[in-house]
Amino acid sequence: MSEIELVSGPDAPGGELMAGVASVLGAPAAERRRSLRQLPQGLALRLYTAMARLRAFDERAVILQRQGTIGTYPPYYGEEAVQAASVLALDDRDWLFPTYRQNAVATLRGCPPESPLLLWRGNPAGWYDVHRYRTAPICVPVATNYPHAVGAAWGSRLRGESTVALAFGGDGSTSPGDFHEACNLAAVVVAPVIFLVTNNQWAISTPVQQQTKVTRLADKATAYGIPGVRVDSFDVFACYEAVAAAAARGRAGLGPTLIEAVGYRLGPHGTADEPSLYRDPERARLWAGMEPLGRAGAAMVDAGLTTLEALEEIRESAVAEMLLAGDQLEAVPVPELEEIADRVHLSTPWTLSPDHLREPSYPRAG
Amino acid sequence: MAELTYREAVRGALREEMLRDQRVILMGESITGYGGSYAVTKGLVEEFGPKRVMETPIAEAGIVGFAVGAAMGGLRPVAELMTVNFALLALDQIVNSAAKFHYMFGGQWSVPLVVRTVSGFGQLGPTHSQTFEGWFASVPGLKVVMPATPADAKGLLLAAIRDPDPVIFIEHSLLYSTKGQVPDDDGLEVPIGRAAVVREGDDITLVSYSRMLLQALHAAEVLEREDGVSCEVIDLRTLRPLDYPTMVRSVGRTHRLVVCGEDWRTGGFGASLLSELQDRSFDDLDAPIARVAMRDIPLPYSRRLEQVLIPGSQQIVDAVRRMS
Ligand SMILES: Cc1ncc(C[n+]2csc(CCOP(=O)(O)OP(=O)(O)O)c2C)c(N)n1
Ligand SMILES: [Mg+2]
Repeated sequence: MSEIELVSGPDAPGGELMAGVASVLGAPAAERRRSLRQLPQGLALRLYTAMARLRAFDERAVILQRQGTIGTYPPYYGEEAVQAASVLALDDRDWLFPTYRQNAVATLRGCPPESPLLLWRGNPAGWYDVHRYRTAPICVPVATNYPHAVGAAWGSRLRGESTVALAFGGDGSTSPGDFHEACNLAAVVVAPVIFLVTNNQWAISTPVQQQTKVTRLADKATAYGIPGVRVDSFDVFACYEAVAAAAARGRAGLGPTLIEAVGYRLGPHGTADEPSLYRDPERARLWAGMEPLGRAGAAMVDAGLTTLEALEEIRESAVAEMLLAGDQLEAVPVPELEEIADRVHLSTPWTLSPDHLREPSYPRAG
Repeated sequence: MAELTYREAVRGALREEMLRDQRVILMGESITGYGGSYAVTKGLVEEFGPKRVMETPIAEAGIVGFAVGAAMGGLRPVAELMTVNFALLALDQIVNSAAKFHYMFGGQWSVPLVVRTVSGFGQLGPTHSQTFEGWFASVPGLKVVMPATPADAKGLLLAAIRDPDPVIFIEHSLLYSTKGQVPDDDGLEVPIGRAAVVREGDDITLVSYSRMLLQALHAAEVLEREDGVSCEVIDLRTLRPLDYPTMVRSVGRTHRLVVCGEDWRTGGFGASLLSELQDRSFDDLDAPIARVAMRDIPLPYSRRLEQVLIPGSQQIVDAVRRMS
């Protein structure tokens, strides 16, 4: 592939794929400054801080994986804007249904970062209180979390609450039946749910062009009779507006929204993956400048909302927080077999009780 | 003979049969770029092109349903499901379509389909470390193959692709890098439905398959060395149809039997095998049949707890010692 083709390719930044996506940071300078200055007091800095903390968590997790402290880990470098914007645009009572890619999103709701790190270490102490943070356990089987969000949203409606539920997913997650069934169900029952699909153009080594023949994933919404909107996934302000609007729709009783956050997977699929085996590294380099934290920070300084020094301080304190969290992991004791046997059910049947596990008649061979 | 890894043996069978038979096509998620979740199909799209090595969307039910249709329409599809855990999404197509059509429509349709998938573990967590061979093996109409060695992986896959019925072919992630001698003869099949006596012995029979074969062989060595116990080790290779005569013959000489598996104790594959053998071999047995299986607990993500739970050679040695 030649250099020229790469730069002008339809799925490169500024190409056809990104044409028409909602963007605050992509607007002409004067307009961009005006938009940022009109944001509610302190919001830009809160979004930046949330992204900086997610970034620091992710970078720490990758280091801990390399050191053997945690197992295989799915990095989300470049997808911090979508996640930070979602949490801040929603109410803390609203439900989140993350996948592996948004594994640390509960930390933006007060969950200690040790929790998700301990999960990746395989320690049952790693699970946070799902109800307290209104964040469901991550789902790795692709697309299975979409119907959960619809059910949770419906439950809230039945109880007369005004909460919404948001489910995350990727471009690849729009292929399994669960996605279609969830969108259709949500539309039919008018559930207050948001399907937030990050189109990072890759599902492991499958490019989105081999996942679907629809160029704009948001177009799929038409088939369910729900709105589909497109937003720049690297633009935290645009993502914030899109999620806020979808949440308002849900609360007003108007039902679900499909949001396609368009971008590119800047890193590997997981720590065991090597993208250069199947995709041109040049392409990732084209998108590198869209990285959401630096991009938001530069625009905020340019608009006079903050200073480079203030932003650096935010990043440093995030790094320090995650360093500390990482240091705590080894000290957490690994549970014994009886303890995990006790977790298989809420009301442990006698066959899994510690007494039975110790009984001489228990088949000790495995 | 050539020394190949298990991965190379599987790839070799796919490649040979694709060269020989134009009807053979492959399909699955990320099978072109990365070569599937365990890089088994790496290089095949370059050789055979995207029409015969098809990259699919993430759609397990669709993949298997497509393959069922393609098989009925005259092709010889080999569908890859990244791991057996995702086969759950395709269960309806496997059980209600692939396994039924020949039977339900008076033999007018046959479904010469292979579903290749992978069992295994290694810090993959509860939803990604499961073994469901017992479920598949309980379904009339399916054949279920689980090779342990590179030679069997190649020979059985060739047989599976040529078989006129649907075959579930389950590889093991922890075997992909193991090596073994594989016959050079092009296209040499290992017949489906025949177990192999991998090690001869007089005192006790260890029945195993897939990764548990290696564990049983190791246990046999330890028991020979430390206890002077001579174990006969059988590799089932095919779980359905199951080669009972080979087991019955062996137990007729050794009079003791340990059934070794990696799946859950309750309802696991070894459970039905054991019930059948106590029926067929009761008079030959000098001791109750012992079973090595996984406790009824989902496999956790933690390396240490995983090691506590996964059955291996130590559990087999313990089971034998308790019997003698
Ligand atoms: C049902 C199912 N099939 C296959 C897999 C294996 N798998 C894990 S992640 C993944 C790709 C998902 O891609 P996408 O939805 O685009 O999300 P991204 O990883 O890009 O965030 C696949 C195929 C799985 N986890 N679940
Ligand atoms: Mg993706």
